[in-house]
Amino acid sequence: MERLRRTMMFVPGNNPGMLKDAGIYGADSVMFDLEDSVSLAEKDAARMLVMQALQTVDYGDTELVVRINDLETPFGRPDIFAMVKAGVDVIRLPKTETVDDVLETEAVIAEAEAYFNIPHKTTKMMAAIESAEGVLNAPAIAKASDRLIGIAIGAEDYVTNMKTRRYPDGAELSFARNMILHGARAAGIAAFDTVYSDVDNEAGFKHEVELIHELGFDGKSVINPRQIPLVNAIYAPTENDVQNAKDVLNAIEEARIKGSGVIALNGKMVDKPVVARAQRTMMLAEASHLVDQEGNWHAE
Amino acid sequence: MLNNVQRELPDDLMKELRYQPFKTVEIGHPEIQRAAPKVTVDQGHAKLVSSIEAVIKKVGLKDGMTISFHHHFREGDYVFNAVMQILIDQGFKGLTLAPSSLTNVMNKMVVKAIKAGVVTHITSSGMRGELGDLVSHGGLENPVILRSHGNRARAIESGDIKIDVAFLGVPNSDEVGNANAIKGNAVFGSLGYALIDAQYADKVVLLTDTLMPYPNTPASIKQTQVDYVVKVDKVGDPEKIGSGATRFTKDPKELKIAEMVNAVITHSPYFKQGFSFQTGSGGAALAVTRYLRESMLKKSITASFALGGITKPTVDLLNEGLVGKILDVQDFDKGAADSMAITENQQEIDASWYADPNNKGAAVNQLDVCILSALEIDTKFNVNVMTGSDGVLRGAIGGHQDAANAKLTIISAPIVRGRIATVVDDVTTIVTPGDSIDVLVTELGIAINPKRKDLLKSLVNIPGVPVFTIEQLRQKAAKIVGQAAPLAFTDKPVALIEYRDGTLMDVVYQVKD
Repeated sequence: MERLRRTMMFVPGNNPGMLKDAGIYGADSVMFDLEDSVSLAEKDAARMLVMQALQTVDYGDTELVVRINDLETPFGRPDIFAMVKAGVDVIRLPKTETVDDVLETEAVIAEAEAYFNIPHKTTKMMAAIESAEGVLNAPAIAKASDRLIGIAIGAEDYVTNMKTRRYPDGAELSFARNMILHGARAAGIAAFDTVYSDVDNEAGFKHEVELIHELGFDGKSVINPRQIPLVNAIYAPTENDVQNAKDVLNAIEEARIKGSGVIALNGKMVDKPVVARAQRTMMLAEASHLVDQEGNWHAE
Repeated sequence: MLNNVQRELPDDLMKELRYQPFKTVEIGHPEIQRAAPKVTVDQGHAKLVSSIEAVIKKVGLKDGMTISFHHHFREGDYVFNAVMQILIDQGFKGLTLAPSSLTNVMNKMVVKAIKAGVVTHITSSGMRGELGDLVSHGGLENPVILRSHGNRARAIESGDIKIDVAFLGVPNSDEVGNANAIKGNAVFGSLGYALIDAQYADKVVLLTDTLMPYPNTPASIKQTQVDYVVKVDKVGDPEKIGSGATRFTKDPKELKIAEMVNAVITHSPYFKQGFSFQTGSGGAALAVTRYLRESMLKKSITASFALGGITKPTVDLLNEGLVGKILDVQDFDKGAADSMAITENQQEIDASWYADPNNKGAAVNQLDVCILSALEIDTKFNVNVMTGSDGVLRGAIGGHQDAANAKLTIISAPIVRGRIATVVDDVTTIVTPGDSIDVLVTELGIAINPKRKDLLKSLVNIPGVPVFTIEQLRQKAAKIVGQAAPLAFTDKPVALIEYRDGTLMDVVYQVKD
């Protein structure tokens, strides 16, 4: 079953305290950054630090992602080798523009896996798209490798490239968001929205999360733990959603026991997308502590 | 000899100071004979004295006597340093210093007084900074006696602390000694700790910068108790009385812990209409107060009273109708201090009413929920709030042992601080015994004292609050920071930690450099 990726929390790779605590806030994914938040002088130290953290800190079942430096810099290749060795779940490519960017990174990951005797394709990938060219190539990028678990939009570089800036209504990102979302969905992988950097503007953040939730993004990149419960609240299903989902899942379970092929619920046919949506609703309900172990609603 | 928390106590010192070893947190029903102060009869015609020098002469202060102060001015105290400087200048020797506690602003002066031989004995709630350093390095001949606020009241009442002269700074007084702390230039709200000194010291000196017409009411300290009133320029700096205490934390880890503390409270059997609580000061405690407020509104539950050191957010709960009354032994910030004058249900209480184990019932006995901090907590749930990771005195017992008497005592602490583990195998110094601690809350999850099996059922399935054994939390801490090398001490005791009933809990030794 797919995993929930409502929140991906960015953590600077050069801050030991934040690395240590990154797992406690309930983010579905944590992204340790070796790229933009780490100065040139600290690149090696941050790489060592993140590698040690991945190997020693207990992050539970949080998905662990590392944003590496571009392969064109001297840091990209050692980043990949260190993270593959440390057993990171996902390597995130920054500033992905073409299919070749993905393939080049994948080749180095494969080389590292072979070098450390790690089974081929253990390490997953995701690509951040941060330019006009990347956005236009999004559908191809999303299908470039079966290691990819998702693609993300990085808005800051993108709006600069587009000669605009961020606006509260998000009109400037409308095309890019939709391209990335469609690219991801066509490839059957996750779509992540960009960060919202004004941490103290709770209303603005919520507005943006509601928008991307409606569009269909899997989740939002967050830069502060305080943003996590806000995202989760917007992604939480209602009691009605949960009841419907339970009915659907009960109906297919009944049909399975009876050996019946066609399933109907309240006169409507229950097909694959309906089941998938019901399963996701139950996952979201469990993750938001809205149901007990039997799936019964018990919100506080 | 070993006491009941397995601490080895030096027999000779026990004998010399007539100590009993700590046995139990159950106080029982002992019969206590209280001490009474000497009273120099006066008709109240000439109590006003023009200078500290003059009053020292009038009270007949002699070498070897015991003097006391309160710490309600906190970091804004001018009285302590003014009096002590004169005692040093006049060459007094061998005094016992018995303040309710020692704040940082007093450190330099106490160090000076120790080095000059003016002060040779100290009893306090705590000490820190350069004073803690000096004492921990053997700079004071006799071990400091450290007592909780409730225990200090007990010790004064029983005569264990016999105060010869109490120098009490007050924001206002009339010429015969009717005083309170709710009006004047340096208002601090409750006079809670000083009230015991006023009641039991042989000589009581008030120092104030604001003289009020007779009769000055409401009178927290009364003319019947006061020998002299000294007019000084300034008793304190109101800006520093509550320095920084009201800041609401934005630290995500503190907020995470506070959220879990609140979840533990609201899922406990004690969270019901009319419950009571004490939250203490500091960013994390204030965050708990905020979360608790939300839960109380959501569940339509109000508290009958809030106890202890009081902060502005607690006063806000009172004004909002979420708390019925405040029993206020001290105020941690200007907001709480200022409100006492105008808030009927913010009741000033003295340290005995607050927490004295040897009276006919203290407020802590009525307390349902209490949140406390810890420098260290060990796998027996024993808590250290006194010595740092270097073994040096850097804290205060405060009301820790007393408030831990609550029906639900929660320790709120991060699992590690920097490279130092908070959850350890054995605390360096036992201040509050594990028997009075019920739940530890860390950012990783909670541990419930196995002696509180009754709590397991209600706390084991809180969404987002993982439950571990304290040993598991200990292992998690060790995994992050490793095992610290044991501290090295000499065999010279530098401080004695009393339990609230006056028995001996632990001994702090001189650190070996």
